[in-house]
Parts: sequence; structure tokens; C-alpha cells
Amino acid sequence: MQEFLQQMVNGLSLGAIYALIALGYTMVYGIIMLINFAHGDILMVGAYIGFFSVVVLGTNIFVAMAIAMIACAVLGVVIEKVAYRPLRNSTRIAALITAIGVSFFLEYTTIFFLTPNQRVYPAEAFPVTNYDVMGITLSSKDIFVFISAVVLMVILQYIIKRTKTGKAMRAVSLDKEAAMLMGISVDKTISITFAIGSALAAAAGVMIGVYYNSINPLMGIIPGLKAFVAAVLGGIGIIPGAMVGGFLMGILETLVSGYGSSLYRDAVAFGVLIIILLIKPTGLFGKNTGEKV
Amino acid sequence: MLQVKEIDVYYGAIHALKKLSISVEQGSIVTLIGANGAGKTTTLKTISGLLHPRSGSMMYKNQDITQVNPEKIVGLGISQVPEGRRVFPSMSVLENLEMGAYLRKDKKQIAKDMDNVFERFPRLKERYKQMAGTLSGGEQQMLAIGRALMARPELLLMDEPSMGLAPLLVKEIFEIIKDINERGTTILLVEQNANMALSIADKAYVIETGEIVLHGSAQELMNSEQVKKAYLGG
Repeated sequence: MQEFLQQMVNGLSLGAIYALIALGYTMVYGIIMLINFAHGDILMVGAYIGFFSVVVLGTNIFVAMAIAMIACAVLGVVIEKVAYRPLRNSTRIAALITAIGVSFFLEYTTIFFLTPNQRVYPAEAFPVTNYDVMGITLSSKDIFVFISAVVLMVILQYIIKRTKTGKAMRAVSLDKEAAMLMGISVDKTISITFAIGSALAAAAGVMIGVYYNSINPLMGIIPGLKAFVAAVLGGIGIIPGAMVGGFLMGILETLVSGYGSSLYRDAVAFGVLIIILLIKPTGLFGKNTGEKV
Repeated sequence: MLQVKEIDVYYGAIHALKKLSISVEQGSIVTLIGANGAGKTTTLKTISGLLHPRSGSMMYKNQDITQVNPEKIVGLGISQVPEGRRVFPSMSVLENLEMGAYLRKDKKQIAKDMDNVFERFPRLKERYKQMAGTLSGGEQQMLAIGRALMARPELLLMDEPSMGLAPLLVKEIFEIIKDINERGTTILLVEQNANMALSIADKAYVIETGEIVLHGSAQELMNSEQVKKAYLGG
């Protein structure tokens, strides 16, 4: 039992990170039907900005996270403007290939300027304390990751449900033309979506830096891929789906590495994905509507 | 109020509107009737700025709006009730109405207008929390009209508001259109239901394959043999 709870604690932290990344995938897909394959690399850029902000500017981890989020929000907006907007009316495969291109661009530009070597998040950036709660080890890292992720998700949920901007985002994702007839600027709304999604990815990047201690220019690929799977699992384009999918993915992964072998971790995670999609092709939260009309 | 002059609009290679001219006078109801695919929806989309003419011009209250974008058009006082209602299905009735007032900042007046819409459509008030996609066709049409009114338009473009509705509801919708007009909103109404449209309009245009083939007062067109034969069922 204790072992199980311990795995759940680990799984929740990891899942919170996946959920944050998955949200960016799902929001962008919801609004322009694009799988933004560069999303994981935005996470990596966020992790580096957080790193330099701690090491060079000497900020604490929360300020570092805020700086990374703002910088990546801008980066996301620029990427959309430069790479995706000109392709808005071309085929989806063209935009997808461009996204892969952007992904490589971010990875290898980072390698060019910062070398492919990994960097270690300084220990003083985040002092680790372990608490013993009824035999379960609760690290301050876990608490930090989980609470910041949940706070960010609550803020996101508030923006989307309650604010005018969030409602406009939903309107644009439901029916672009009707949204334009309301006076909503579709371009502006898409920019905001990229800004928010990228900021969440940056936060996740800093969390990964804290959680695993080390960062490198290719660190975004695997979490990005898994978060993408999580988004599909929950139903791509559906925000609560991305959150649930992310947590599910994280918990599954830690359970498999805890009880089985970490070698099988990814195989089992993706196996579950295949099974769920066989039973429910639109994902857990997806409605069976086929193509949106 | 609105002068559309000899506009040519293309959908890719398709020449959808050919030198089309119409004018809408302040305070009137003008209707554009014609068969499916004649270019009625294209005309309204062009006025709303969703499409831009390749040549010709559009003037609204002495302002050139030929190449103006949809969000600016709404700001100038032109709203549209689009074909097929196009409410936001997974947003509540209330949120749909809020979207109608998207560009406005006068919170108090928005709340007042919201009350007016609910007064006009009590059924929407009963369902204000419900998702718009779960409303009946008639209710969705009322929501689409209410949503357009939330922008406080001076000119309201309506695209086939009677489409797919039961005869009794069609009558109700046309009563509403008349009432909106009597309270000061100018209306450009696109309809396949020529009978109903002509009965409330001041002026009418007949469109065929992207061209205006006939125009005149609604009365004149109602008595025209050509219109009777083609659009009024004998």
C-alpha cells in the first residue's frame, strides 16, 4: 500500500507536468487544427531561460519561471506569425511539416549557441527537503511541481471560462467565420492561444529542470511526445481531456516503472494509448462527431 | 445608408457576383431574393467583409468599406445573422449573447440590451445557461438574432432566417424582423421564401447567377409576372 501511494505521489508530479504540456497541444489544435510539433522544444527553451535566470540573474525559481513563461509566450507568438500564419489556408500536412521544421530549428539553434552538453540546475535554485508523511517520502520538488501546475491550470480554466478573451478563444475554435461576424479578431485570438500554450510549456520546462535537475537541447522531444499522446488520449482539442490525459499518463508511467521495469515504461504507456483509442477513437472526452462541421 | 456599386466577387475561379449593385436606405427593409446558389449569401458575406470584391465599391454612411475587415465592419454598426444560425454550440445562451457584444465596452448598456433580448425572446431567458447546441432550430434562430442585436447594429444583415423552420415559426420570425425594423434598425434580408420577404419589405432585388435581374418596390415585384412565375409559385 505504501509503495503504491509513493508511486502515486511521483505519478501526480510527473502527470502534472505532462498535463501542462498537453494543454498547449490541445489548445493550439482546438483553434487551428495543427499539431504543433515544436511545442516540446518551446518547453526546452523555457527550461534554458529558467536556468539562465537562476544562474546569471540570480533570481529564485518562481521569478525564473515567470520570466521563462513571458519569454516563451513571445516566442510562441512569433513562431505562429512567421511559420504558421502564412500557411493558414494551405493543406494541414504543409503546416505539420513546417512545425517539424520549427522543432528542428529550435533544437539545433540551441545546440549551436549553447552546445549539446547538458546543464545542471543549480541546487541552490531549489533546496530539496524530504518530508516523511506516514512512511511516504514527499519531496519539496513534488510539492513545488504539483502545486504550481495546479495553480496554473486553475488560472487557465478561469481565463477560458470567465474572461472575454477566453470566451473569444472558444468562439474562434468553434466557428471562425461566426466569430469574425461578432467582431472578434481571429488572428489576435490565435496569437493569444499560442502565447498561453507556450507559457504553460515554459513552466513545464522549468519544472522538469527542477525535477530531473538536468537540461539539454533535446530534452523537449520525449516529454513533448508523451504530452501529445496524453492530449490525444483525453481527446485532442478538449481542455479537461488534456489535463486528465496528462495525469493518467504520468501515473501509468510511474506505476509501470515502480512495479514492473522502467524499461517497459514507455511501451506500456503507448500500449494503453492504443487500447483506449481502439475502443474510443476520439479519446476519453471526445465526442463522436467525426469532423467538425 | 449602404451603397454597393458594381462589385465583382470571386470564389477562387468562380465569378460569384457580377457587377452587382444594391442600395439600402436608412430605416427600410430591403430584401434580396433568389434561388439557391444565386449569390445571396455571397453578397452578405462581402458586405460583412468576409469576402472582398475584386472590383467595384461599397459605401456605408459615406465611408468606403470595400476592403474593410469583418471586425471593423461590426464596429461600424453592421451585424449579420448568418445562414444556418451559426450559434456557438458548446457555449451557453448567455455566452453567445455576450459574444454578440464583444466589441462593446459599455457594461451597463450591454446588461440593458441583454434584458431587452430576453424580453423579446422569453424562451432564451428560460434557457440562458443551456448550451446553444441543445436548443431547437427556432430557438437557435432567435439566439442568432439576439446575438446580432447585442452589437447594437444600425444595419442588420439577415441570411435566410426562415430556413428549416415550421410555418408558424416562420411567421413569428418575420413579425420579429418587422418589429426590429420599427424600432429603428435598417434591415437587408436575404430569403428564398420570397412571399414572406416581399410582404414585409419596402424594396426588393432579384438575383440570378450573381446578377441583379430585377429590382423595384416590394409591391411592384409582388405583382411582376416574372417574379410570380419564378419565385411565388405561379
